[in-house]
Amino acid sequence: MDLTFTAEERAFRDEVRAFLNEKLTPDLKRSHHLTPSVFSDPPVGNRWQKILHARGWAAPLWPKEYGGTGWSLARRYIWEIESAAAGAPSVTPMGLRMVGPVIMKFGTQAQKDFYLPRICNAEDYWCQGYSEPGSGSDLASLKTRAVRDGDHYVINGSKIWTTHAHHANRMFALVRTSDEPKKQDGISFILIDMKTPGISVRPILTIGGDHETNQVFFDDVRVPVENRVGAEGQGWATGKYLLEFERGGAMTSGRLRAILADIEKLASTYRDGEKPYAATETFALRRSQAEIDIDALEMTELRIMSSLQSGQNPGSVSSSLAKLRNSEIKQSLTALAVDALGQDGLYWEGHRPLYEMNAEPGIPEEALTALPEYLNSRAYTIFGGTSEVQRDIIAKVVIGM
Amino acid sequence: MDLSYSDEQRLLGESANNLLAARAQKPGATDLWKEMADMGWLALPLPESDGGLGQGIVDVAIVTEAMGRHRARSNYVAGVVLAGGLIAALGNDAQRAALLPSLADGSMRLALAHAEEGARYALAHVATSAKKSGAGWVLDGKKIAVLGGDVADRLIVSARISGASRDADGIGLFVVARDAKGVTVEGHATVDGAGAARVTLAGAEVGAETLLSDNAFAAIQHAYDRATAAFCSELVGLMEAATKATIEYTKIRIQFGKPLAVNQTLRHRMADMSIACEEARSMALRAALHADDEDARSRGRAIAGAWAKVSRAARFVAEQAIQLHGGMGVTNELEIGGYLKRVVALDAILGGPDLHLRRHAALTTLAA
Repeated sequence: MDLTFTAEERAFRDEVRAFLNEKLTPDLKRSHHLTPSVFSDPPVGNRWQKILHARGWAAPLWPKEYGGTGWSLARRYIWEIESAAAGAPSVTPMGLRMVGPVIMKFGTQAQKDFYLPRICNAEDYWCQGYSEPGSGSDLASLKTRAVRDGDHYVINGSKIWTTHAHHANRMFALVRTSDEPKKQDGISFILIDMKTPGISVRPILTIGGDHETNQVFFDDVRVPVENRVGAEGQGWATGKYLLEFERGGAMTSGRLRAILADIEKLASTYRDGEKPYAATETFALRRSQAEIDIDALEMTELRIMSSLQSGQNPGSVSSSLAKLRNSEIKQSLTALAVDALGQDGLYWEGHRPLYEMNAEPGIPEEALTALPEYLNSRAYTIFGGTSEVQRDIIAKVVIGM
Repeated sequence: MDLSYSDEQRLLGESANNLLAARAQKPGATDLWKEMADMGWLALPLPESDGGLGQGIVDVAIVTEAMGRHRARSNYVAGVVLAGGLIAALGNDAQRAALLPSLADGSMRLALAHAEEGARYALAHVATSAKKSGAGWVLDGKKIAVLGGDVADRLIVSARISGASRDADGIGLFVVARDAKGVTVEGHATVDGAGAARVTLAGAEVGAETLLSDNAFAAIQHAYDRATAAFCSELVGLMEAATKATIEYTKIRIQFGKPLAVNQTLRHRMADMSIACEEARSMALRAALHADDEDARSRGRAIAGAWAKVSRAARFVAEQAIQLHGGMGVTNELEIGGYLKRVVALDAILGGPDLHLRRHAALTTLAA
């Protein structure tokens, strides 16, 4: 039981720092900082993932046999902390953290051989076809239908809240392959090429002014049966397995810590009378509360990850708990950032992407994202299962009925 | 970096839980001190050279977690980590030899007499005076909240040798026999049943050999940080037990024709209690792992942060445990209220979450 780093771990940290120092260009950092949406803009995240892949570091959470790093707990922790602190873009979780582990666990050898390398090297960009207009928290009520026709499924229906569907070339989706008395039965997990005829994408703008999410329509879309992952009708278990990775199983606290450091800088540039806003008691107490919350989440994530082998699923309670706390802390941080702006919290900049703006903004550049981030971050306690759904999941396990 | 317990630590936890669970079956069995000595718990954090086992706060925290889980009414941490820890840190060879082996084997009980009226939780607040008199000292002042002082054989008394009443410098520590002339010990009941005392020193004459340190503030601060970490773990055990008892109760209590536990409002409340337990466990472990950091400021931040999180979480859980037990929760006919009493006691001893949030913020600003 020891939180300190060994000499070998310290050497790894130096290696990470040297790498970040060399490869994380000011341009990449600025693009990341000026992205107020929930996920990195695909061009920015992909650029970074390709750099990571060239170094063999694209998949810190994957086992070595699939192209992962096979890192120890300490190394994963160091990597997350250092890359977040340096201001590195996040890479899309949809491939590496979501469909990747599912293919590893349930996929055929052919599916593993084809998809996993393409996830790792950022050749494929995935989106998630789970929610539907009529199926939000009640995901198992989904109606998008896949009807068998020879070697194909013919898919009809619609998915919604599909992050980066306008950019993705592949989608993993839950579709209904049969009607059963229990709605969780009859669902299959399927991989869809987004260029297949019959797919159309409608953008949905968020309250933060970002185009991140979409509605996707399927009109007689023919998908090869070999694209199904796992047995027909068994997709619910597969889909839930994926959700554990979506919600937990990563070290999210490093990012939160980096965000808090940015907010502190922001609060130092704004004044309250003679002193920086950061020096006021109001700010200091909220800052401390946020740091304490992050400390607790970090330790929880370390505890969860220390009990797992790389690539292993974190379990439903752990993942729900981590998701709940991460989303709540993230929201409180974005509120703290807006609070730091004072009256500049009124200023609205609608141009996207912010990192490609030509005109000089009316408020400091580093203040531009606070407001849209706050607004967009309301999604954190909704996507991936609402906070209420997470509490349902935790309650079911701890109460046992 | 390694977050797994050793086999020895796992065994320690099992034996602590087994013993305390058995003792909890026999209410009325009063003092556990002798058994704790036999189990080696009193010796646990004391140096091996002084009859101790030389283990860290992580090990102590394993024992205190079991104490919290089984609501052992004990001043274990106050006796061993506060009083014992200060003697181990500051005592000369003769003092250590005279006190620590007897503390470890349970034959002598010690209490730290430090808190005073008006101090609130400023650890440097010492108005009790120590004046040189011949070869020895004369102590004058009043101490409150002396944990375990009601049964202690010796008191470790803080008294000011120089400076103003909140100066960090000039605080002495003296080992004083409870029956020394000029010393009055008034034991009193405490809300949690563990027991404490108020101590009056009126021209108490003590010998030169009783002086542990003439500048003890840093050591007192460190001892409180270590004790706070151990108390964090006690609250983790307490919270988990309170949550478990609440879950069991709502499953068997039938209202409106169905168990209480099927109501979503209550289910979410119990989910929140479980989340609070996990966060508290994380922070208690973090506190234990930082309790001996050499840098007092970073140690203080870790400890203050942990107490701010854990004590708030424990208050929430203990209050909700009563709420979900309904009217019966407010009575002495159920054990459930005992959890809240211990939470209240520890907040009174250490100061509540707001105070520690402030300490965290103050130490953070210091760094900037």
